[in-house]
Formats: sequence, C-alpha cells, structure tokens
Amino acid sequence: MFSASLLKNEEKAVFALRSLYQKYGYTPFKMSKFEEYDLYVRNKDFLVSDSVITFTGMNGKLLALKPDVTLSIVKNTKDIPDTVQKVYYNENVYRVSKSTQDFKEIMQTGLECIGNIDDYNIFEVIMLAAKSLEAISDSFVLDLSHIGIVSAVIDSIGCDRETGKALLNCIGEKNQSGIEKICSEKHVSPEGCQKLVALVGTYGKIGRVLPALEEICDTAETKSALAQLASICALLCASGLEDKINIDFSIATDMRYYNGVVFQGFVENVPTGVLSGGQYDNLMKKMGRKSGAIGFAVYLDTLERLGLTDKKYDVDTVLLYDENSPWADISKAVSELTGAGRSVMAQKSIPESIRYRQLLKLNGKGVEILENND
Amino acid sequence: MKTMINVALPKGRLGEKVYAMFEKAGYECPSIKEVNRKLIFENEEAGVRYFWVKPSDVAIYVERGAADIGVAGKDILLEYAPDVYELLDLNLGKCRMAVAAKKDFRDNTENTLRVATKFTSIAKDYYSKMGRDIDIIKLNGSIEIAPILGLSDVIVDIVETGKTLLENDLEPKETIVPISARLIANKASFKFKMEQIENIKNGLKAQVKTDD
Repeated sequence: MFSASLLKNEEKAVFALRSLYQKYGYTPFKMSKFEEYDLYVRNKDFLVSDSVITFTGMNGKLLALKPDVTLSIVKNTKDIPDTVQKVYYNENVYRVSKSTQDFKEIMQTGLECIGNIDDYNIFEVIMLAAKSLEAISDSFVLDLSHIGIVSAVIDSIGCDRETGKALLNCIGEKNQSGIEKICSEKHVSPEGCQKLVALVGTYGKIGRVLPALEEICDTAETKSALAQLASICALLCASGLEDKINIDFSIATDMRYYNGVVFQGFVENVPTGVLSGGQYDNLMKKMGRKSGAIGFAVYLDTLERLGLTDKKYDVDTVLLYDENSPWADISKAVSELTGAGRSVMAQKSIPESIRYRQLLKLNGKGVEILENND
Repeated sequence: MKTMINVALPKGRLGEKVYAMFEKAGYECPSIKEVNRKLIFENEEAGVRYFWVKPSDVAIYVERGAADIGVAGKDILLEYAPDVYELLDLNLGKCRMAVAAKKDFRDNTENTLRVATKFTSIAKDYYSKMGRDIDIIKLNGSIEIAPILGLSDVIVDIVETGKTLLENDLEPKETIVPISARLIANKASFKFKMEQIENIKNGLKAQVKTDD
C-alpha cells in the first residue's frame, strides 16, 4: 500500500505542485531532454551559468542537455492575439554547481504564463508562487520587487552603464555603504544617493512599505510602476497572503530580461531561495515575440535536507536464515511480518551498519527472537 | 523559546574587537572570555550563539546558513563573491588590496604580466578591466618573495602598513580597493529573523567610528 511518508520532500512537492497548477488551469508541458545548442548561444545572458553540456546529434547538429526550461517553452509558443497560454513543467536541468564547479542535475518544477498578460495574470502567478511555497512549508516568505522602480531610480541619477551595474549589485547586497561610496566616487547628487539608500532600506511588510515608497517614487515612471505593484499587492492581501509577503528590492538585480514584477521565495531552514520568477517581456522581445510573459521555477534540489531527522532504524526486522532453511519458510515468515505492517530484511548474516528494531532467526521450529531494541 | 542568532566571528584580533562591539550592543556572552579550546559559545537570554571560525571561512558559514550573520573582510567578499547581504561596514581591520612590486619595477607592456597572489579573482578582475594580459600564479602565503625570486613581476596582496613590503625591498604601486570588516547576513535567515538581525545591525552601527 502507498504511504506518503516514503516520499522525499522533493517528491512530495512535485505531487502537491502538480495538483495545485492543474487546479488553476495550467497544463503540463513535456519537452525533449535535449535542445539545439544555438538557442543557448543566442540567449547566453539569460542562463544562470555559461557552461552547457553539449554533444553532436545524429544529424550533425550540436545539441545540449537543457540548462534552462523557460527558453525552450518560449521557443515553442506562438503569438496569438488575446490569448494567454498557461503551462507547467517538471524537468531536470543541467547546470554548473558553484560549490563543486562541476555539472549537476537539478530537478525543477515551475510554470509559465505567456501571451497578452494583464495584472490579473501577474497576480495569479504570484499567488501560485506563494501557494507553492505553502505546499512546501508552513513557514515561508515571498519577496516582491518591481524592476520598473529599481531601474527608474537608477536611471534618474544619470550614471553610466558600469556604475548602474555596480549600484544594482549593491542593491542586491543591501549594501548601503557601497552605494554611498560609489555615489561619492561618481559625483552623484546627494539627493540621488539618498534615494538609492532609501530604496535599499525600504523593505518589509506591504502595509508598511507601500506608503514609504510613495516618497521615493516621485517620477512618472516610478509612480506608474508603484501603482502596478500596489494594485497586485491589494489582490494578494485580499487573498489572505499579506503576512507572507514582503516587498524587498534586493531581489531585482537582472534588468536584461525581467521588466516588471519579480519575486523570490524562501522557506525556513533552507539557506537559499527555493523559488524565483518574474515578468520577462524583455526576453520575449529578444526572441522575436510581441507578447509578454511571467513565470517562476521551484528549485526542488534545495528541499533535500529540509526537516531531515535522523531515522532511528533502517528496518523494523532483520530475519536471519541459513542454507538449511526451506525457501517456503523464509517466504512465509517475511510475508507474515510484512502483513503485520513491519519492514523486513531477510539475510544470512547481519549486514554491517544496518540499524534494526528486532533481530529474528528462522530455525527448524519457527521464528526465534534474538534481539529486541525497542 | 527565544530565536537564537548564530554569529560566525573571525578568529584572531579582529574577531575580539568585533565581539567587544557585540557585547557593547547588548549581546554579551561571558563564557567566550574563558581560556579554553571551545569554539561555540551561547547566551540563550541574549539570543546569540557565537562561533570562532577561520576568517576566510566566515562567508561560507553564512552563505550556507550555518551562521545567520558573521563578520568578514571585504577582501574575502570580493574574492569569493558569496551570495549574502552586506549589511554594514564596521570600519575595522582597515587595510587595502594593492599591487606591489620591486622598487625599481617598470611595467613592460610588451610582455604578459606575471602576477603572484592569493586573491586570483580580484587580480583577474582588476587587470581585465585594464585590458592587460596577465599570467596568474596562485600562492598561499609568503607572496612577497615571488618578485624577489623572479617568480612574478608583481604581487596582488593585502597591505596594512606596508612594513613587510618595505623589509623585502618592495613597495605598493597601485591601490585596487580599500578593505575593512563587514557585517554579512544569510539572505534566507534575514527573511525569518529580520527584527533580531536589524537590532544587532543597529547596535553595531551606533558604535562604528567614522574616518573624519
């Protein structure tokens, strides 16, 4: 009989998330394991790491093991006026791990909403991101940011591209002293510098942060981005998610592909973000699409150690038998024990480093108890 | 039960100075001053647990969430680029990352520049911005002898007073970046322990001495 306790965290998450996404009308998107390498060369900046595993296909084309899912999904969609395509996926991707500096297979699940997306679609995706985190852990936080606000504030100080990049890095690190140093070196006006420092220092719950942002957002661009953020936040609050959502601009650090709302999810006791996503109209444009898109990915590999407790026993019973034991007797004893709901390992000798609750031995008369550890 | 904040402190003189700041901010842990070989100290009432770790390892403990916050040198943050928040410049342990060479060194741009250093990423980044072709020689210590023995043309290393360089007939030629100790935080821990981490940050910030 199937028991959910046998499933690992990431396996449980896959089931829960699949059911969640289907409930909101997202359809599964199954793709090939391989993709033409050319797709990644053209969109190298979008990838988390530059390295891709490549090989030559039967027709001589250079293929790659997918390092990313979004690019393949976008490639396979068409611009259809007034329609929004909603898909979800559960795929393995191959990326270089920062710690081992070698390729790693990562299980990823997520969804994409592609087409003429409106604020409802954006809200729905963010709400599903929050519900995805909820399916993983009761203690979670979803950080929200708006690229429009961050980029407009940086643009307003009128700096060069390199300085803008350095400032963006400081925003990502919540590094106020770094911002002050750059502003002083590049002769940014005190007002401009103050605005950037205020942006980095403005984070936390929606109710507290939105009013504070009104002071920072004083240009037409920032006001319009803030209005969109506020309208999405209102929908999220109405859905009962207010306590779980923070506004935090430190997550908005990639402006090449993302343009609107971006978000990142955390669950307690996992040291890195477990979910990330956002609106990526810029990528769509780069790939020749007229429509917009928003989506997110859940990094299931990060859940491996979540709530991991050391099991006291590997197996309930070790059943010892010898060469004289009839096969039928072994089979009968195993069947009786498993029938009583116990796990059994039949062995001729006690395996090393196996922790068992009970040690039984099959002899001519039946089953003899040799050891009880309970 | 009170939420504990795990703090990774760098072993050595800098770590002791940093601990004194934590203590003054109200996060004392008297057992840390006992002379023994213990590495972990806890004050449940104050809600802090300190670990002494190798200075270059602080960022790893914080990035991987074993410590919620820690104090690391800017040199380590630039070299390893850990994915952490850099919350405060403590203005302690001040020095600079510099290019040094023999006093009579003249850069011959016809040749590849041989650079000996422990900080390969910082050196690569600095010279790539200048468009200079370099050969990196990774060393783990006694970097100063590399130019003397002809192993390298220049070194990229931390310079505090410049005394060691001077004693080895070397001198600093260029400053790459000023270095000081920074309060860093794990990004996920920050989300769940925001108030406590901010209180610690504010307590330390009030003690930071400015240069002027």
